[in-house]
Amino acid sequence: MTGLMSKTANKLGRLSVLLIPFLWMTVFFLLPFLILLKISFSQTRTGIPPYTEVFEWAGGLLFKIHGTMENFYFLISDSLYFAAYTNSIKIAAISTLICLLIGYPMALGISRASPKVRNILLLLVILPFWTSFLIRVYAWIGLLKNEGLINHLLMALGIIDQPLVMLHTPFAVYLGISYSYLPFMVLPLYASLEKMDYSLLEAAADLGAKPMQAFLSVTIPQSMPGIIAGSMLVFIPAIGEFVIPDLLGGANTLMIGKVLWNEFFLNRDWPLASAVAVIMLVILVLPLVLWQRHQQVLEERDQ
Amino acid sequence: MRLRTPGFVFSAMAFAYAFLYLPILAVVVYSFNESKLVTVWGGFSTKWYGELFRNEQLLGAAYQSLKVAAISATFAVVLGTLASIAIVRFGRFRGKSMLQGVLAAPLVMPEVLLGLTMLMLFVAMEQLIGWPEKRDLTTISIAHITFSVAYVVVVIQSRLKTIDRSLEEAALDLGARPLKVFMLVTLPLMFPALLSSWLLAFTLSMDDLVIASFTSGPGSTTLPMVVFSSVRLGVNPQINALATILLLLVIICVFVVSRLIRQEKR
Amino acid sequence: MDTQPFIRIENVTKTFGEEVAVNNLSLDIGKNELFSLLGASGCGKTTLLRMIAGFEKPTSGRIIIDGVDLTNIPPFERPVNTVFQSYALFPHMTVEQNVAFGLKQEKTPKSEIEDRVASMLKMVELEGMRKRKPHQMSGGQRQRVALARALIKLPKVLLLDEPLAALDKKLRERTQFELVNIQELTGITFIMVTHDQEEAMTMSSRIGVMNAGMLQQVGTPSQIYEYPHSRYVADFIGEANIFEGILQKEDESNAYIECRELGQDFSIKRHDFAENNAPVAVMIRPEKMRITLEEEISDELNSVAGTVKDIAYLGDMSIYHVELESGRVLQASQLNFQHTAERKITWGDEVLLYWHPDNAVVLAQ
Repeated sequence: MTGLMSKTANKLGRLSVLLIPFLWMTVFFLLPFLILLKISFSQTRTGIPPYTEVFEWAGGLLFKIHGTMENFYFLISDSLYFAAYTNSIKIAAISTLICLLIGYPMALGISRASPKVRNILLLLVILPFWTSFLIRVYAWIGLLKNEGLINHLLMALGIIDQPLVMLHTPFAVYLGISYSYLPFMVLPLYASLEKMDYSLLEAAADLGAKPMQAFLSVTIPQSMPGIIAGSMLVFIPAIGEFVIPDLLGGANTLMIGKVLWNEFFLNRDWPLASAVAVIMLVILVLPLVLWQRHQQVLEERDQ
Repeated sequence: MRLRTPGFVFSAMAFAYAFLYLPILAVVVYSFNESKLVTVWGGFSTKWYGELFRNEQLLGAAYQSLKVAAISATFAVVLGTLASIAIVRFGRFRGKSMLQGVLAAPLVMPEVLLGLTMLMLFVAMEQLIGWPEKRDLTTISIAHITFSVAYVVVVIQSRLKTIDRSLEEAALDLGARPLKVFMLVTLPLMFPALLSSWLLAFTLSMDDLVIASFTSGPGSTTLPMVVFSSVRLGVNPQINALATILLLLVIICVFVVSRLIRQEKR
Repeated sequence: MDTQPFIRIENVTKTFGEEVAVNNLSLDIGKNELFSLLGASGCGKTTLLRMIAGFEKPTSGRIIIDGVDLTNIPPFERPVNTVFQSYALFPHMTVEQNVAFGLKQEKTPKSEIEDRVASMLKMVELEGMRKRKPHQMSGGQRQRVALARALIKLPKVLLLDEPLAALDKKLRERTQFELVNIQELTGITFIMVTHDQEEAMTMSSRIGVMNAGMLQQVGTPSQIYEYPHSRYVADFIGEANIFEGILQKEDESNAYIECRELGQDFSIKRHDFAENNAPVAVMIRPEKMRITLEEEISDELNSVAGTVKDIAYLGDMSIYHVELESGRVLQASQLNFQHTAERKITWGDEVLLYWHPDNAVVLAQ
């Protein structure tokens, strides 16, 4: 009897271990996206909630649908939104590239350092991640301002005599994103470079490859999982970035995250903000799926 | 053979680390500047720290943030532990890849999307079941739990995978019941991961501006929200002082935790 | 041995999906035995052990220990303990805490736990290491902690999964004897899984040779070595010369077999074969195969001529590979009684191999 009871208890325990996080993520992560989709088809109104109902109960199993495509038409008709989307993709892509260019030598250097030095270097990469993101972005304001540290320094050295306008430019946004997301690039790169078998490079050298050839034909392909993972970890969140374009970018640095924020907080147009979000999600679906697939491949390889 | 690292890798690294740390260093240095201007060194002073500690709005927000962070980190670790056990220990089950998917997505999902959708949910729930009546620290916490679970799972899962299953079998073999095996063997072995994932979730919550802005209501203002509205107006020496204090706390925390974990290993 | 076997494994099958790990296996083991399950990796021996421990449930069949059916009893309620291959010592506990773990689960009084832990540690000669953590110990010491931890509960059966695999050769030999001594001292039934035939031969009272989820043969070490039933066992344990032929006739003392591989007939001890002209497979161990440079051999012995192809010098003995005219190569080993400077057999020598009919073993096909 105890056997049977403990068996049921066991099954119940297993089920709750599985179901609690599953339900949580379904209710608080998946469900909200469906609601977002619904609201993107509604119209704005004054009141609480500030949008019209899409489904109206008409008795029994019948619902009247009051959906409208108006928000999406508006997004297409106003060139501002299109520009914001393409600009976001461009900024995210270029920043990802900058991260890769700075991060790769960094990860390579860390992976080849002696174990003791390696841990310190790694800690130094992770440490900024633990400090406030907002404050790290803020730090650049003081550096980039017209009367900021960099201009002051350059003028003192006599390199320039007029302050360079750096703050509130696209340049500042590239800089801010690369700076903030650099650890996300370095860590997966390091993870894949660290796993690499160095006898492969010796074999390449033994077979006559010059260091540069060996790097291109062995090191880079071997670290491809890290390159993909790192790039996705930078590119995807950078597309929707709000804080950096808001603090460092100018009025003409359009990014979709900022547009969404303004639609929501300034114009209080929830349905339009939802439509902006839905399109952003559509843009992200492809890289998201690629990234997930990639994670699963890695997972299976580990087992 | 020790691989020779080319010289340009060294210079690239030096540049990268300077890039990472010089801005932070500048903030720390200027937090001790008597003058309010960045370009002028007005002499060493701690007056901005004094002003910071008299700034009641900021202190109140910091207190709110600490509450939210502690609550959401604790819940996220509990949920994340359950999810990690299911993923690592339950073999194949239906819906596994879906569970892994929803747990991985928040890692890369832009914050504006997470914040907006979460708010929409709370509003819809209020219409439907009358809860939550207003948006406050609870709604912020729920939102924070949801996205930090993803980070917690990454940390705990990788630890759980390295725990030798025969340790748990040995405990069963010696007469411990499954729940006791978990308490006496699995949990202590997971302790370093639990600690570091709690701190990670805590930091993520402390640091979040965007999601909190969407899910907060009147009266529930967190520290990043206050900092943001102040920073938007330009450089503020009080924020420099705050940044320095936060940095110091993080360094102390990292130091203590790595000590603890190393001791645990002994 | 009692009429009722102490451990009875009854028609046990275990499948993992499509794969059959243990296939309808039955086995009886007596009290106080040190029984070895011997086989190559993947033969199902570890799965069988894990089923006895309770970590795996048989797909069908029963496992009965001391008259109690344990098939559906979880591991934590079985009177069985295990020494794991990795030892599985709890890294966050001291030696003392590791050893006491099992008694604590039984809610044994504290003073009794202390006494029993102390005497257990004394038995495995680790009294001075009570407060150490596992990672501060050598492999041999860890192995002894694992043993003490499992034995302290005085299980009816102790299971050992490749207990010596992680030790180096010298230590392994010493530990083999220690394990046997402890088994005799405690009188607990040991079941050991190993892939090392030497280990199984030295330590066990009986051996079960497993292949593809089935028991090939069960017997004492000398039975297994001297009288293997099958070609698999003959091949797996030690070296073997195996050849096949057709039964010609059988008289009071001998059977005569025509053999193409040898290019001649040979005789074996009378076997009572069912019919003439039956195919027969025969095995002779290399040490029972003698080698000589003489040209004539007594008629009572079987002999065959060949050329020395290879000599493996092992120090204490040498193994000669002799090629027959038919092209077949046989092995004969000989102890090196003298320094090799004496008139010795060398490469290319024409030699005679000879053996006594009694030393050939008939194999089941």
